[in-house]
Amino acid sequence: MNPVVRWFHQLGSPPYFDRFAARWAPWAYLLGLLAMGVGLYGALFAVPADYQQGDSFRILYIHVPSAWMSMAVFALMAFYAAIALVWRIKLCEILAMACAPSGAAFTLVTLATGSIWGKPMWGTWWDWDPRLTTELIVLLVYVGLMGLYAAIDDRRNAARAAGFLAIVGVALLPVIRWSVVWWNSLHQGQTISLFGKSHMDPSMLWPLVWMIAGTKLWFVGSLLGRARADNLRRETGKDWVTKLAGGTP
Amino acid sequence: MMRQAAAALIARDLRLLWARRGDALQPALFALLTVVLFALGLGGDAKSLAPVASAVLWLAVLLAGLLALDSLFRGDAEDGSLEQWMLAPVPLWWLVLVRTLMHWATTALPVIVAVPLLGELLHLPRAQLPVLMASLLLGTPILSLFGAVVAALTVGMRRAGILVALLALPLYVPVLVFGAGAVAASAQGLDADGALLLLGAGLVISLVLAPPTTAAALRIAHN
Repeated sequence: MNPVVRWFHQLGSPPYFDRFAARWAPWAYLLGLLAMGVGLYGALFAVPADYQQGDSFRILYIHVPSAWMSMAVFALMAFYAAIALVWRIKLCEILAMACAPSGAAFTLVTLATGSIWGKPMWGTWWDWDPRLTTELIVLLVYVGLMGLYAAIDDRRNAARAAGFLAIVGVALLPVIRWSVVWWNSLHQGQTISLFGKSHMDPSMLWPLVWMIAGTKLWFVGSLLGRARADNLRRETGKDWVTKLAGGTP
Repeated sequence: MMRQAAAALIARDLRLLWARRGDALQPALFALLTVVLFALGLGGDAKSLAPVASAVLWLAVLLAGLLALDSLFRGDAEDGSLEQWMLAPVPLWWLVLVRTLMHWATTALPVIVAVPLLGELLHLPRAQLPVLMASLLLGTPILSLFGAVVAALTVGMRRAGILVALLALPLYVPVLVFGAGAVAASAQGLDADGALLLLGAGLVISLVLAPPTTAAALRIAHN
């Protein structure tokens, strides 16, 4: 068998995944924190202040990577959920559900940093701008998914139901986003927009790259840690878990 | 075969509805309560009520539907009919579609019939009423079809409570935006046709896609 394919098959086995996650989660955390450290240093000290926004633009270096992650984690969650539903791979159910808390946290960070930036720049904490509204709805979907996962007693059923909703959510999020844009355009055009990356000077860009890499690595660590905990909880009572906990099977 | 099954299901649902005919008025009653509370909260004078009347009516109908959502499959899950649905020789999505439309006709339609009266309570400008009714008639079936997916996913739980609302609300956003948006557009003298046509398109798409999705959700939640 092809070694890569074999490795994927091995990873599906709970004890093998436990060892894998225990080994790599600390490294992902460490590398993620290092990258974020470099990025934050660049964002706070190395990069010059913006000519229009002064120093308050620096919050972008947290805001943009979090916003990116809040969407990317959702897509990844739906991807795992689809695999779990089609091929009934238990590990993918666990991984899909382990995505949700981190994704919700990233979404919350995005909303909070956006509000803090919006108060001095837009003069308001909140505006029903399409992007803000979409992000808030994404947060609600994350919370709903976690609620659904927690509310059903049978773990496998719970993961499948919540994963199914994640897939429905991915199909509907573009519609929601687009509908809010339409709704807003009834009243007025979008007068202020967050500046896109393309408008950014290269001297301001490099800490953002570090932050984006850092948040991704940190997420991998968090995903492995959470999935490992859920995996152990589901396997409670099996010989290898008892051995791991220091008992005799 | 499929027509027979649908007829049997409709007859059964209507008989059950007649046996508890007091319950059938609950959604309309809830919408009335919402409207009364909104009107009192806003001060009650026509000047402050008229601009928001259409949005409040949309919300009242939406919330009344949300309240009724939990009963969509719960009775069948509890008495075992749902297992028979899954074993039946007709496809599950067909039964789901018939049930969802029946549920819409018995919970949402009475509220919509009451909307002209509720509109008077809120000093809704008469000119807005036709667009409001059209948007409600096109929009509320979409709410029922989307809501059926959520109701199916939570059918295994003893009490779903706030979870149903939390899960359904993101799905309801586009419908509310276009439904209330159509009335708002016509109030500003703009053409409401665009939003109404989009609602109609959404209704057609969800009529096709929502029942199989709900059927899949039922199989997951109630294996």
